[in-house]
Amino acid sequence: MRTDSLLDGLKTRFSSFDPRLYQIASLSTLLLYGLLWLHFDVSISQIAVTLGTALLTQYAGIRFYRLPVFDPRSPLISALSLCLLLRTNDLAIAALASFIAIGSKFVIRWKDKHLFNPTNLALVVVLASGLGWISPGQWGQVAWFGFLIACLGSLVVTRAARADVTLAFLAFYVGLLTARAIWLGDPLTIPLHQIESGALLIFAFFMISDPKTTPDSRTGRIIFALLVALTALYVQFSFFKPNGPLWGLIACSPLVPFIDWMFPGTRYEWSKPSSGAFSVPVSLPVLVPSSISQPRRIS
Amino acid sequence: MSRHSTRDEALLGKSTLRLPDGVGQVVSNCAHATGTAHCDYLRITPACASREQRRLLAHLLPILTLFVTLLSWNGTASAFCGFYVAKADTKLFNKASEVVIARHHNKTVITMANDFKGDVKEFAMVVPVPTVLEKDQIHIGEAAVLKHLADYSAPRLVEYFDQNPCTRYEMEQKMGVLKDNLPASSPARERGRALGVTVEAQYTVGEYDILILSAKESAGLETWLSENDYRIPFGASAVLHSYLKQNMKFFVAKVNLGEQAKLGLTHLRPLQIAFESPKFMLPIRLGTVNADGAQELFIYFLTKQGRVETTNYRTVRLPDALEIPLYVKDRFGDFYRDLFAQQVKRESERGVFVEYAWDMNWCDPCAANPLSAEELRGLGVFWQESPGRMGKGMPMAQNVFLTRLHVRYDAAHFPEDLMFQETTDRSNFQARYILRHPWTGQDDCPAATAYRQQLRERYEREAQTLANLTGWNIGDIRKAMNIASLATIEEKKWYQRLWAN
Repeated sequence: MRTDSLLDGLKTRFSSFDPRLYQIASLSTLLLYGLLWLHFDVSISQIAVTLGTALLTQYAGIRFYRLPVFDPRSPLISALSLCLLLRTNDLAIAALASFIAIGSKFVIRWKDKHLFNPTNLALVVVLASGLGWISPGQWGQVAWFGFLIACLGSLVVTRAARADVTLAFLAFYVGLLTARAIWLGDPLTIPLHQIESGALLIFAFFMISDPKTTPDSRTGRIIFALLVALTALYVQFSFFKPNGPLWGLIACSPLVPFIDWMFPGTRYEWSKPSSGAFSVPVSLPVLVPSSISQPRRIS
Repeated sequence: MSRHSTRDEALLGKSTLRLPDGVGQVVSNCAHATGTAHCDYLRITPACASREQRRLLAHLLPILTLFVTLLSWNGTASAFCGFYVAKADTKLFNKASEVVIARHHNKTVITMANDFKGDVKEFAMVVPVPTVLEKDQIHIGEAAVLKHLADYSAPRLVEYFDQNPCTRYEMEQKMGVLKDNLPASSPARERGRALGVTVEAQYTVGEYDILILSAKESAGLETWLSENDYRIPFGASAVLHSYLKQNMKFFVAKVNLGEQAKLGLTHLRPLQIAFESPKFMLPIRLGTVNADGAQELFIYFLTKQGRVETTNYRTVRLPDALEIPLYVKDRFGDFYRDLFAQQVKRESERGVFVEYAWDMNWCDPCAANPLSAEELRGLGVFWQESPGRMGKGMPMAQNVFLTRLHVRYDAAHFPEDLMFQETTDRSNFQARYILRHPWTGQDDCPAATAYRQQLRERYEREAQTLANLTGWNIGDIRKAMNIASLATIEEKKWYQRLWAN
């Protein structure tokens, strides 16, 4: 009886738990591990500048658009992802990337949703302009497996209302890589080796999963995941460029409004994680009434 | 039995990018990323911040300032890299091959070093290439230039001599600086058709007979190669199949004995190929088929923009700028070989190691002079003005960045070919190790006493660094250094030092 009430307590606690806190914790741990054990080429000053610029840009945006609440969680996730992925020898570029990431949320919008995943857009701009680079091979197995477990854990702990897009992308991407290996007659150690990149995990669990930039309905998200996986593999094996998923996501993001029009669903709110179906939300009655004049949220 | 193993080795070599029994050179570099000049970019305070903004900044800025302070402190290390003593000489590693890749945009020139020692009749190489190569795209390089490049980028040993602590103490007193200034540091065309193998082209270049092959299926290619005396190791078929499906062609070279005799050569010269392809990779899979143990590969990249790294394996800088015991001076080759083995183990045998990454204009200290513009052109650097067009006596600015990677690979740990990317990182790195000679003068002053006391601790630290780097036994190291006999008389208890006066 006691165990049951304890479990119920935990359930209630996690159901109201903001998944972003867990994400911040796992990204920070990974960054620390990368700095101390893997000797990532990222300086403390670059981390400070990236985080600082992201928070400042978010704050400035909130002020400029007269939005009520400054919430540092989303910009922190974007900035931590940038710290883990972006490499540059110039602090100004780190700041610029952070500024583009957060700034884009306020500027590039379509029907009250931002169009591009902030981190994805910033990375693509920096890569395309040759100002910085991503080192996708720097992770090593231990970090990769550890991070994979943390990422999967996040799905469990945070109920993961929109984990479908992550799981669908991973299934399509890994499946297609495996199919390619079988077609080539390669041993399966090759596709296994190809997915062993921390950059891929960050992409799948923190970028494509962003509920603010993915289609609203489940069908839409699965179609979107397939399109991104196909584009990613096309970039990798036809253009022979690394970081295929990043290019795939940026190319497919403008299709989201079209997918939303084809398969409509409900808009996502961080405070009320939902899968986007037009059904009655499963969460407890919300204390704060979803007022008629709901302010615009940017996070 | 021994005949068999020799033969097997020859068989292996024939089908791979690397050459059989090749004994390569160790190369590496010294400087590391300094990352010192970043502080200026932290001016992110808006000129007219609102009260809320100011409040936020008031919280953020102290944190940022702290980082800036830490950074500036790190940045004071001198760039001087010590007096050059020795380099990790060539021929340290068995079964090693060397490749130079000069690349800008999609234009690539690959030089394959040829250190084949056996009977040249036995020599052959099969290299997957992305395109069919014209005769003009194949060239013979100079082995001496490659040797120069290897020497220039070799891991190096440098030395410093401690100053008289008495005079140094006085100077430091005057300057008010008390920090340690130590630098951080065809024949059967019909048959071919029947097997689905097409000889796309056939040339004789220098002492080599070269074929460019394409094939419909790997079994046919494998049969064709063995019927034409290219002995392919068992199991290569699957790898050939994969390359064929990826639309790769095969560059096959054998020695033309007649041409070789005519040229009067006793050694085989490096083969060079030039092509345009978005694929920035090195095929190593054929080399791992049926291979007997791990193989060594040194890859030298000559690029315009900056450092090259692998995108599908971890690229790791070797430990550098460490002080090691003086006796290593005579055993630098052993030291470096064991250090490398230890690092390979630490990276679970999956790492690719940076030995040198440096702007081709200079070196510090120089294990060999930087390569001339002409030599670089010889290695495929096509983006530079030819020396003839440059003004006489003008110092030539080399727009070339050299990255030297060293990889020990086998099929279990390196299932996939090496894929690369060029970064914009131009920070310098060299595998550099330091000998620091103690001051042996007889002067007496408080600084000299303190110096002598610290010396033993320093030796102990050096011994531990050496043991840690190479896996050598710490006891043996201490014995070789003769630490036990060192100035124990000088050692006093902490309270004796406290109340010495």
